[in-house]
Amino acid sequence: MKSYLTALRAIVFREAWRFINQRSRFFAALVRPMVWLVVFAAGFRAALGLSIIPPYQTYITYEVYIVPGLCGMIQLFNAMQSSLSLVYDREMGSMRLLLTSPLPRGWLLFCKILAGTAVSVVQVYVFLALAALFGIEMPAAGYVFLLPALVLSGLMLGALGLLISSTIRQLENFAGVMNFVIFPMFFLSSALYPLWKMAESSPLLRDICAFNPFTHAVELIRFSLYGQFNGAALLWVGISFSVFMAGALIGYDPSRGLQRLRQPGSR
Amino acid sequence: MTIFSVRNVSYSYGTKKALDDVTIELDAGRFCALLGPNGAGKSTLFNLLTRLFVTREGSIRIAGHDLAREPRKALAALGVVFQQPTLDLDMSVAWNLQYFAALQGLSGAQAKKRIEAALERLSMSERAREKVRELNGGHRRRMEIARALIHEPKVLLLDEPTVGLDIESRIAITDHVHDLTEAGLLVFWATHLVDEIRPADDVVVLHKGRILKHERAENLCAGASLQDAFKALTSGQIAEAEAG
Repeated sequence: MKSYLTALRAIVFREAWRFINQRSRFFAALVRPMVWLVVFAAGFRAALGLSIIPPYQTYITYEVYIVPGLCGMIQLFNAMQSSLSLVYDREMGSMRLLLTSPLPRGWLLFCKILAGTAVSVVQVYVFLALAALFGIEMPAAGYVFLLPALVLSGLMLGALGLLISSTIRQLENFAGVMNFVIFPMFFLSSALYPLWKMAESSPLLRDICAFNPFTHAVELIRFSLYGQFNGAALLWVGISFSVFMAGALIGYDPSRGLQRLRQPGSR
Repeated sequence: MTIFSVRNVSYSYGTKKALDDVTIELDAGRFCALLGPNGAGKSTLFNLLTRLFVTREGSIRIAGHDLAREPRKALAALGVVFQQPTLDLDMSVAWNLQYFAALQGLSGAQAKKRIEAALERLSMSERAREKVRELNGGHRRRMEIARALIHEPKVLLLDEPTVGLDIESRIAITDHVHDLTEAGLLVFWATHLVDEIRPADDVVVLHKGRILKHERAENLCAGASLQDAFKALTSGQIAEAEAG
């Protein structure tokens, strides 16, 4: 057991160190949601009317509405960044160190996504502190209840990133991930507009949003920020995590995974 | 004592056979060069030995452990130096060693002791805090070799470890690894450079996925240079294949 924790500590430290040393990544991770919050939300404030929906008990401004979505966005981008670094590590060779360790591969890959989650949690709290400076504050207890929700949503998105990394052959293909994963996941969710609003324009789009695991991650974050428990969102996030993680483990299993089929160049 | 055994291993990429019925048995304390031109199947074999790939055809045993049935025990007995460098260039020398030790499950005083010994072997104790980026290619390679030995494996695999190094570094690394066999370590060294092989070394000649020869280098030469013997073996196969 001790050896498992030793590996976990080393992997988390490595991820954190890399993040701290990539200042542009740290900066981008904060600027992106702040631009959405300060510029986009201000513009949409007048255009979008919001009714009172749980967990809100009163009318809220659009800026307040999109904060949980932006927390999710930070984690989504972070997970995809981690996925990118996994592909990079695999191309550069350092992933081999991890994959040839005598510790169980599943544990080491879980450590990897836990490390990415830890980094994303720090990013979210820094973002919330900045949002508070702009006057967008959450209930004090919400900041505490938020933590487990962020860990769960971070793990789910991290597992998705891991699954994607196991299917991407080259670093160059990663641009496709932006177009086909990040943008649809973000825009077809409750991050920017509530589902009932989406249903007004298209019930089909609403159904797609309701199916999107990212919607449930955002709702889990939203409810926890107000000290409320959203069981359905938790279940959905938990199931999604299990499915993505199982897929990633298959992808990284040398006997079953896609890796076996796609390395003819490495003879 | 046989410590490394590859029996009847085959591997294909789709319909193309990369390894065809490969069998290699090696004893502890030996230096064995896996000699083959580019595309011979050396990297495929290394990927199978390190369990990055698996095959259902044949079996691999390391230090008595079947790689398919007891992968963790087999991998624990294996030290690996990949052809591509696997160091974190912006981390310190000591941190790179610590990270590897942690991935092997080593921690605390035991890890510290092994890392200090590794740094001592490298004569790099004073440079432990330096970033790897500041080391030259030869030092980086030596560091990777020392790192692969931290968990005290019984078998050391090296996949063309001298590629891209100057002649001085190549000689130093080749000598260093030969010396390691004196303590009972089995070294399995993939290369296409015959000058890295000594007369008493075992040589396995791999060509087009098949083992052409496995014997001592001095016997393989039979008076000629190893280079000529290797050329004769592989070109003979090419001519044979073309004729066939």
